[in-house]
Amino acid sequence: MGKKVLMKGNEAIGEAAIRAGCLNYFAYPITPQSEVAEYLSRRMPEVGGVFVQGESEVAVSYMLFGAAGCGERVFTTSSSPGISLMSEGISYVAGAQCPVVFVNIIRGGPGLGGILPSQGDYFQATKGGGHGDYRMLVMAPASVQEAVEMVMMAFPLAEKYRNPIMLLGDGLIGQMMEPVEFPDHLRTEPTNKDAWATNGMDTRKSSKPNIVKSLYLDPKQLNDHNLLLKSKYEQMKREEIRYEPYNTDSDYKVLIVSYGTMSRVCRTAIDNMKAEGFEVGMVRPQTLFPFPEKAVHDAAVKESCKVVISIEMSMGQMVEDVDRCVKGKRPVEWYGKCGGDVPTPEEVMGVVKALI
Amino acid sequence: MQSEVMFAGFGGQGILMSGKILAHAALTKGFEVAWIPSYGPEMRGGTAYCTVVISDRPIGSPIIKNPMHLVAMNRPSLEKFAHVVKPEGVILINSSLCSVTSGRSDIDELIVPVSDIAIELGTVKAANIVALGAFVTRSKIIDYELLKEAVKEEFAAKEKLIPLEMEALERGKKAALQ
Amino acid sequence: MGKTFKRPEALSENHTHYCPGCTHGVIHRLIAEVIDELGIRGRMVGIAPVGCAVLAYNYFTFDFQEAAHGRAPAMATGIKRVRPDLMVFTYQGDGDLASIGMGEIIHAANRGEKFTTIFVNNTVYGMTGGQMAPTTMPGQRTTTSPFGRNVEDCGMPIRMAELLSSLATPAYITRQTVIKPKYIVKTKKAIKQAFAYQMERKCFSFVEVVSTCPTNWGMTPVEAVKWTEETLLSYYKLGEYKKPE
Repeated sequence: MGKKVLMKGNEAIGEAAIRAGCLNYFAYPITPQSEVAEYLSRRMPEVGGVFVQGESEVAVSYMLFGAAGCGERVFTTSSSPGISLMSEGISYVAGAQCPVVFVNIIRGGPGLGGILPSQGDYFQATKGGGHGDYRMLVMAPASVQEAVEMVMMAFPLAEKYRNPIMLLGDGLIGQMMEPVEFPDHLRTEPTNKDAWATNGMDTRKSSKPNIVKSLYLDPKQLNDHNLLLKSKYEQMKREEIRYEPYNTDSDYKVLIVSYGTMSRVCRTAIDNMKAEGFEVGMVRPQTLFPFPEKAVHDAAVKESCKVVISIEMSMGQMVEDVDRCVKGKRPVEWYGKCGGDVPTPEEVMGVVKALI
Repeated sequence: MQSEVMFAGFGGQGILMSGKILAHAALTKGFEVAWIPSYGPEMRGGTAYCTVVISDRPIGSPIIKNPMHLVAMNRPSLEKFAHVVKPEGVILINSSLCSVTSGRSDIDELIVPVSDIAIELGTVKAANIVALGAFVTRSKIIDYELLKEAVKEEFAAKEKLIPLEMEALERGKKAALQ
Repeated sequence: MGKTFKRPEALSENHTHYCPGCTHGVIHRLIAEVIDELGIRGRMVGIAPVGCAVLAYNYFTFDFQEAAHGRAPAMATGIKRVRPDLMVFTYQGDGDLASIGMGEIIHAANRGEKFTTIFVNNTVYGMTGGQMAPTTMPGQRTTTSPFGRNVEDCGMPIRMAELLSSLATPAYITRQTVIKPKYIVKTKKAIKQAFAYQMERKCFSFVEVVSTCPTNWGMTPVEAVKWTEETLLSYYKLGEYKKPE
């Protein structure tokens, strides 16, 4: 561990990628994450890395695809409308099984929406976005430090699964400054990709060409390919679920499920209510796909718990997953706001108390 | 114990930098800190503000509707935010650019012509540092010596400016003690 | 007597799926011959387009990536930036390059990316069934211009070699054809020159090859060659459009 430095989320994300051993960054500017590109346009030359400002998010997603396809670590950062444009490329990257790390610092939508914090891209990130049957491993940090750690973990995970990984932050995570340190143990070496990457036959001393592709015209082959992808997503569900319980040792009457910036507001609300003698628990998913299904279910069915509420900066997206996990055993409510006016702890307290 | 300071003013007044220096100073003392900016089109010449949270335990909500203190570098900022400050908090008013007061009797009002002082020192750009010196002295939110170190570090790349910024801090401190 | 005509090492033994009279096979072979002659097969990466040549990787014996429609130049950019030592070419048709991929090719060329594009212009979308392309000639009938391309609402065909030549960034840009042996020899020279510039990391290189599509044009291969010579080559003039200093 180095010493703690005060850094803006966006800059810390850029630095974290470098510290993780990723020296290739392709991006297109968009508020509220352009500081990543600004930071890396200075920083990449210092470390002998690659910085390319593409002509559009569409092009950027294919620059990533090409670079990842020849075996190099790559990543990008963008925000909601940009991720929509990249979604075409993400589908191809998933289909061709390339490891790429995408960071989405979400802003309000739909359309141009706004530039303030939002969690409106939950569905896009966890259920698709692009076409076809694919999933991304989606991680949601709640602090700048956690964003750093998740970025650093993302690269080996992307390589483990040969799959795109998305970090889902929001405008606040990107814009806020907090103390961070870059854990040395999360620096990893890129894995050997000779078995599949188009890194040149001379590089791997082979006479067999590697083909990076997503086209399978034969119905059986395509089905088999999709079954292979599915098996990776099932493995993620077994091995990669991450979540943080909060105040769940108490006899809480209400269980909150919340992630990212919103979960921090809920944490303060829970502390305040505890001081008043009103116990509320929380499960904070750190991975949104795979979703902590069992953790949410088990916390919901605790005897003291009367009701579950999903609190999110969207109009009710994660609540569908929460509802799915609770399986009708408790009522599942939703509270949220869009537009960038992040709910305050007081608002959350009002909403939660009104449930009982 | 957690306290929050909101810095507000025109874009270009060094609002975000003031917050950053304060957060940095608190960090060196081992506090948990968060610096939360306003961002977006209003950055370009309009109102800019940021909030610094300083706490002795992990910071929960970064959304602060009612900060403990306010540093208002111009009149629109005072008018916009004076009423949200918690009772007993400090409101610093830059009287060079704001002829009115907060109208509140439950807070500690500190009126300093920070822009005029900075101009006397040779550059209006130092107004934010004058304000920091005054605010930290009055609120005692962190040790004044820590603040000095943080300012020096902020200007480490522009070493020539450090004597001026030290003078700015001192003038702010003096104004707060009067 | 020894064998004088053999399959280039860079070309696989697979039979192509291309139609009779199609020029893709000739162009594939020229590329393979050049790669053999330059001895670069072991550091070669091709990028297949969406279009008739989507399966091009089946016909070569080196690494290949398969792009989305029009995006090959962005992928080539990604590869060359992270692995400048690899030799990269995109192989694109007119629908792919001049329509959906117009943005990607212009920006890659303008950044001076050090890869090579082989642009096969046969004035129609081949694989999807002969629809109108940006390079379809005025009055030319296609499945989406059944009365002939109407320039009043479709505009004039786009001349990519000229358009890319107008960029200020240095590049090698040429237009060739493969409808007759004398042209084939020149096309091969052009491809070799393009790869040579890439090996020197000199500039972006672009070889447009005016080609035939007898199937979608509704002609015999011989008629297609005749129509190309009489109609296409007067609009798509052959020659070197730009060379780096």
